Amino acid sequence: MKRHLLSMHDVTADEVTRILDTAESFREVGTRVIKKVPALRGRTVVNLFLENSTRTRISFELAAKRLSADVINFGAGGSSVAKGESLKDTALTLQAMGADAIVIRHSSSGSPLQLTRWVDGHVVNAGDGTHEHPTQALLDLSTMRQRLGRLEGLRVAIVGDVRHSRVARSLSHGLVTMGADVTLVGPPTLIPADAPSWGVAVSYDLDGVIPKLDVCYMLRVQRERQRLEFFPSIREYTRLFGLTRERAAALADDAVVMHPGPMNRGVEIDSDVADLPRSVIEEQVTNGIAIRMALLYLLLGGAGEPGDAA
Amino acid sequence: MSAKVMEADDVRRALVRIAHEVIERDKGVDDVVVVGIADRGDHLARRLASQIGRIEGVEPPVGVLDITFYRDDIGLRAEAPEVHETRIDFDVSGKVVVLVDDVLYTGRTIRAAMDALMDLGRPRKIQLAVLVDRGHRELPIRADFVGKNVPTSRADDVRVSIEEVDGVDAVVVEAAT
Repeated sequence: MKRHLLSMHDVTADEVTRILDTAESFREVGTRVIKKVPALRGRTVVNLFLENSTRTRISFELAAKRLSADVINFGAGGSSVAKGESLKDTALTLQAMGADAIVIRHSSSGSPLQLTRWVDGHVVNAGDGTHEHPTQALLDLSTMRQRLGRLEGLRVAIVGDVRHSRVARSLSHGLVTMGADVTLVGPPTLIPADAPSWGVAVSYDLDGVIPKLDVCYMLRVQRERQRLEFFPSIREYTRLFGLTRERAAALADDAVVMHPGPMNRGVEIDSDVADLPRSVIEEQVTNGIAIRMALLYLLLGGAGEPGDAA
Repeated sequence: MSAKVMEADDVRRALVRIAHEVIERDKGVDDVVVVGIADRGDHLARRLASQIGRIEGVEPPVGVLDITFYRDDIGLRAEAPEVHETRIDFDVSGKVVVLVDDVLYTGRTIRAAMDALMDLGRPRKIQLAVLVDRGHRELPIRADFVGKNVPTSRADDVRVSIEEVDGVDAVVVEAAT
């Protein structure tokens, strides 16, 4: 394992398998009455969340606490950042306080990489701008493997606003690394021009793709990053690229529906579709804790060489 | 230099004797559960339980315990220790837990195993069964049931082979060169 997890490009297929296997053991911990093990006692994990996020922050916080690490949550509002402190000064402060790992969420792509130049601790990217969100990709891979028994050869469509989605970027790469067949589906304005170089197929016709899928992965329509010129109206988007009840009925019997949350029910996914047995959205959340426990354990559980940052 | 201190027959006889000892000590096996420590002790635990079943007519439940998260050397080794699976499908509270491991050495693994068990419930009693006790304890821990006491030097390597994993039952001491 590398010292930091910034991108799905940082992990090999073997390492992904190791993280998923380790997460299986941590899933068992989550079923106990006492959901806590002492593995990372005395370590300090800082959640540096400079962009709003509820579920990812809570998931990381629970993961670190279940490993008995001390957790500090650092958000933008009401902190020194609100007073105008730069990322560098924040980083140096956390460094001086002895953070063993910093989990960072930031609206600027590349800020986790920048952070690694200032701190000695391990850096985990919890989503940076429109770049990557590797722990989301890992928990999605874990959910697919658990539900379908394998990753190699799985036929997966990632549907929606791929252009603005760090989830899509990380997940496509993770799936390609593990030997799955990925198709990106969405309006041409929301599929990045360089997508073919990711090793994936591109389609603008969801109905043509649906019957062949093992996994239909719906992305959230990110209204906060949206300008109107990408598609004419939400209603048209839903008609062409939403997972409606009719489309869900065209899926193969054992195909699953996934969504990274938070969902816009009625926009990219119909409300009843989100609640179907084939929808594994809650399993994704549960697996998120186990995956983040596995990752923190593998990063912090070894002594590591101070110079192996690369 | 290496010396074989137990053959397959010795391992079998030791497990039969320990089975009898467990039954005698615990006056039957009504509350007894057997928990093996991954990843050799779990196979020995299964064999011990089936041996007890053969003698008493009732086979105690068997679980596997992974102690990785409870180790005291996390962060001291270069890489995080490999994690195995814990699978204990019964409640350990109020039970007599017979912990099973292949080799008893420093006692640190057993300390970790006891902490792990306590997080799963409150056993009435914890007993320890090991195939080999090689000495050199670093903690105040002793075994209740021992297959064989093997005097060793700290530099020696004690290798336990288990049929389920290695194809043959044997205990070999590799002397330090």
